[in-house]
Amino acid sequence: MTYGLETAEHPEKLKRVAIDPVSRVEGHGKVTILLDDDDKVRQVRLHVVEFRGFERFIQGRPYWEVPVMVQRLCGICPVSHHLAASKAMDMVVGTKRLTPTAEKVRRLMHYGQMLQSHALHFFHLCSPDLLFGFGSEAARRNIVGVAAAHPETARRGVALRRFGQEVIRITAGKRIHGTGSIPGGVNKAVTREERDALLADAYDILSWSRDAVGLVKQLHGQDPALYNSFGVFRSAMMSLVAPDGGLDFYDGRLRARDEAGAILFDQVDYRDYRSRIREEVKPWSYMKFPFLAELGAEKGWYKVGPLARVQNCDHIPTPLADAERREFVDYAGGSPIHAPLAYHWARMIEMLHAAETIKDLLHDDDIVGDDLVSTGERAREGIGVIEAPRGTLIHHYRVDDDDLVTMCNLIVSTTHNNQAMNEAIRHVAKRYLSGHKLTEGLLNHIEVAIRAFDPCLSCATHALGQMALEVTLVGADGAELDRLARHGDGTTTRPAP
Amino acid sequence: MIAPVAIFGIGNRSRGDDAVGPLLLDRLRRWLESRGLAGGFDLFEEYQLQVENALDLEGRELALFIDARLDGGRPVTLEPVAGLDEAAAGSSHSLPPGAVLNVYRRVTGRTSPPAFALGVRAERFELGEGPSDVARDAMEKAWELLESLAGDPRTQSWRARVSTIR
Repeated sequence: MTYGLETAEHPEKLKRVAIDPVSRVEGHGKVTILLDDDDKVRQVRLHVVEFRGFERFIQGRPYWEVPVMVQRLCGICPVSHHLAASKAMDMVVGTKRLTPTAEKVRRLMHYGQMLQSHALHFFHLCSPDLLFGFGSEAARRNIVGVAAAHPETARRGVALRRFGQEVIRITAGKRIHGTGSIPGGVNKAVTREERDALLADAYDILSWSRDAVGLVKQLHGQDPALYNSFGVFRSAMMSLVAPDGGLDFYDGRLRARDEAGAILFDQVDYRDYRSRIREEVKPWSYMKFPFLAELGAEKGWYKVGPLARVQNCDHIPTPLADAERREFVDYAGGSPIHAPLAYHWARMIEMLHAAETIKDLLHDDDIVGDDLVSTGERAREGIGVIEAPRGTLIHHYRVDDDDLVTMCNLIVSTTHNNQAMNEAIRHVAKRYLSGHKLTEGLLNHIEVAIRAFDPCLSCATHALGQMALEVTLVGADGAELDRLARHGDGTTTRPAP
Repeated sequence: MIAPVAIFGIGNRSRGDDAVGPLLLDRLRRWLESRGLAGGFDLFEEYQLQVENALDLEGRELALFIDARLDGGRPVTLEPVAGLDEAAAGSSHSLPPGAVLNVYRRVTGRTSPPAFALGVRAERFELGEGPSDVARDAMEKAWELLESLAGDPRTQSWRARVSTIR
């Protein structure tokens, strides 16, 4: 289902609105909206530039450096890149099966990453919009505003994020630029003292994660009409699943369902991803548009991430999260849920699963073992796929006989979700902006739809605290008709054209 | 035992001038170790500040945030950091130092430690590039100031050096 707003018939006759976050690194996103003379929306596009120069950055590097180097590409989820690259390099060093200690320490690291990232996303990126309303005062819609109005929620958000970071520090060696995962395994296990320190907090984390699911359910219950309809569109979904169909963030095989929930393919070896996923180029965006080969470019686009994962799997292998998954699935009466705001609900179910899994792993003696690395016959190619917080992450490398990387290909979750995000903002633009005068609150509706998928679009790594946004309305003759600016200090002004 | 001074080097080493915070932190670490002063400082390298950094301020007497600055002004600035109220945080994805102080106050219920921001002039943030000549020059000036701050970690001493440069 699409809204037919990708390309207008006579764009040269329309007014142009550009929402252009000023950011200088990965995740620079811009939305352009074309309006006719009656201010009706005729065309909406999300343009993204991401990971500029990545291949050049990695090519020529020794393969063993790559799992560390790739973390410098993204300050929001570096561990996902660390582990996806490590999995690819496992193939290069010939590892068929990780040692139990290596696999469980990596899983602990990854589930710590999922927990802290989901906590950040929900409590600090999205809860301001959800708790205060999309059109509320801009200066209030931030984590400090949440801290003022909902201090206990903010306190728990900080503690959840901090716990996840501590799991990462212990397993990866550092909070950022960790080196814990290496080709073929890990370079350190968890000590008993570290395990005990984490266990001291693990049960509070589990309890707060349950409460977080309750909070997001409460928000849905308060305004179901909004939550079920905002930015909604139907599409296929894709994720890794375990061999038994269960939810698995670290490893598994590819499964995709169509928009009605029917399985399109299942248990596909991710090393064959190129036979299932094709990529289309559109002249107006730097980011490619992936699609499922079975359905073709027109109908084969799909979404990834929490909403896809929670509905794509058959079960969640921890009891509390699985009970929440069943309730989530029942909420829609058996049909797939496609509403972007349901991402938040699914995300909190995943956070609960991460908390349960971390607790279970901390009770597993394998994580304090000493058999850390396994290798085998050297190969020239490696593919690693992982379910990162925002969706499926694919790393693919070729390595020459001198151990140097000669080819690198990435498909990150933002790319998988490209068309899905475009469709979501087309719906929002048509529903909320068409025929109305531009306001900051209305423009925030667009950003709310984007943020449901991937916060890296609306904010850059280390942006010096700025999240400026400037919107200009230009007539068909090129004259500037209106301008709205949101500044780094949170204030909004309307400079004279 | 919590070190009385927390120093944050903010930035990404692989993005040109964004590396100035971490690079100055490296130099400071060597300097502190060579003088047997490392026990008085905790050094934190971060891509960007986040809410959990508020908890890194617990038990501190002083805090310093070192970051690249894109405004094209003086090569080096030292400014006191004031807590930002709700109207000024701007972004929820990464926090400016003042918002971190405010989160600290709200989460702990205590007054935040005196904090300062050391800004280093920058101009390019391209992936895979090293620092520009402009940033390198500014880093040298920043190091002179940083060395003097680390050699005399007292609030009144740091306050006396506020924006006397540069």
